Amino acid sequence: MGKFRKEGKKEVPQVSTSSLPDIVYMLIFFFMITTSMRDVELKVKTAMPKATEIQKLEHKALVSSIYIGPPRDTKLGTESRIQLDDAFARTNDIADWIQKERDSRSEADRPLLTTALKVHKDTRMGVVTDVKQELRKVGAFRINYTTLKGSALEN
Amino acid sequence: MARKTPEINSSSQADIAFLLLCFFLMTTSMDVDYGITRRLPPPVEQNDEDVKVKERNVMNVMVNKSDRLLVNGRPSDIAQLKDLAKEFMTPRPGDETAPEVETKTFDLVGEVLMSKGVISLQNDRGTSYAMYISVQNELARAFNEMKEELAWKKFHKHLDQLNEDQTKAINDAVPVRVSEAEPVEYKTN
Repeated sequence: MGKFRKEGKKEVPQVSTSSLPDIVYMLIFFFMITTSMRDVELKVKTAMPKATEIQKLEHKALVSSIYIGPPRDTKLGTESRIQLDDAFARTNDIADWIQKERDSRSEADRPLLTTALKVHKDTRMGVVTDVKQELRKVGAFRINYTTLKGSALEN
Repeated sequence: MARKTPEINSSSQADIAFLLLCFFLMTTSMDVDYGITRRLPPPVEQNDEDVKVKERNVMNVMVNKSDRLLVNGRPSDIAQLKDLAKEFMTPRPGDETAPEVETKTFDLVGEVLMSKGVISLQNDRGTSYAMYISVQNELARAFNEMKEELAWKKFHKHLDQLNEDQTKAINDAVPVRVSEAEPVEYKTN
């Protein structure tokens, strides 16, 4: 058993921390690449309904979002309003906005542009239908009803 | 003799890196959006002739402003909608009340018996968005279940295990035939 006897006092070597910055830098780069800073300040509530048959919204750069819901500022009432970018908008602003969104993308990406509708669940369909009709008029046919994951029967 | 430049002390590099890391950790938002993707139909031209669809080929789904469902004129419940839609879209040759059927041939899957049925969805301007999404979701579920069944029958695989060509073949063989009616406003008397 002598083989396993401790041979005197051996000091445990210090863990080298010289590679710590490298590890941290690696993490930084990871977060820098995956980060996407919130681009709009939400002026409307968007508690979205749940659904099960959903697909992931790929290529965030090709998605423009329309927010519809009751204003966060309760002074403005509870009627659902449309928000484009950072401001409230009306239905007839959508055509111009879509044009602006298209112009900001490269020629090749334009047909792939998807409009994500982020709509509060208590919104009446009238507003949504108007928005959809407007999108049809300007040829923005690809839409996505953004939802949460969950059973649709609980909505 | 050239003077030696003193080495820069790099012990604080880790701290700087940590600060940056914290910043990106805080600002990052990795929430991925999910949703139901749909393609809107092109606008209706004024001179377009109405496409006549036989009555037996249409399943009418209507939602009123108090979120009640009417399926083919009968009051219904959202929990039954998926089964009703699936039953309607399943081809039943020889049944006069069911939609017409046709046989089409596709690559990979071969001959498939298809129903000519169309589900027509109409909602009121007062319908809540939550209800609308529920209905869309249930109809999508009906079609996805049919796709899954066909995928299992033809390839002995689940829908998400198919390769690109197979997925395309299944999508062609089970088209999502949901048509949204042009919006109309119902007057309540």
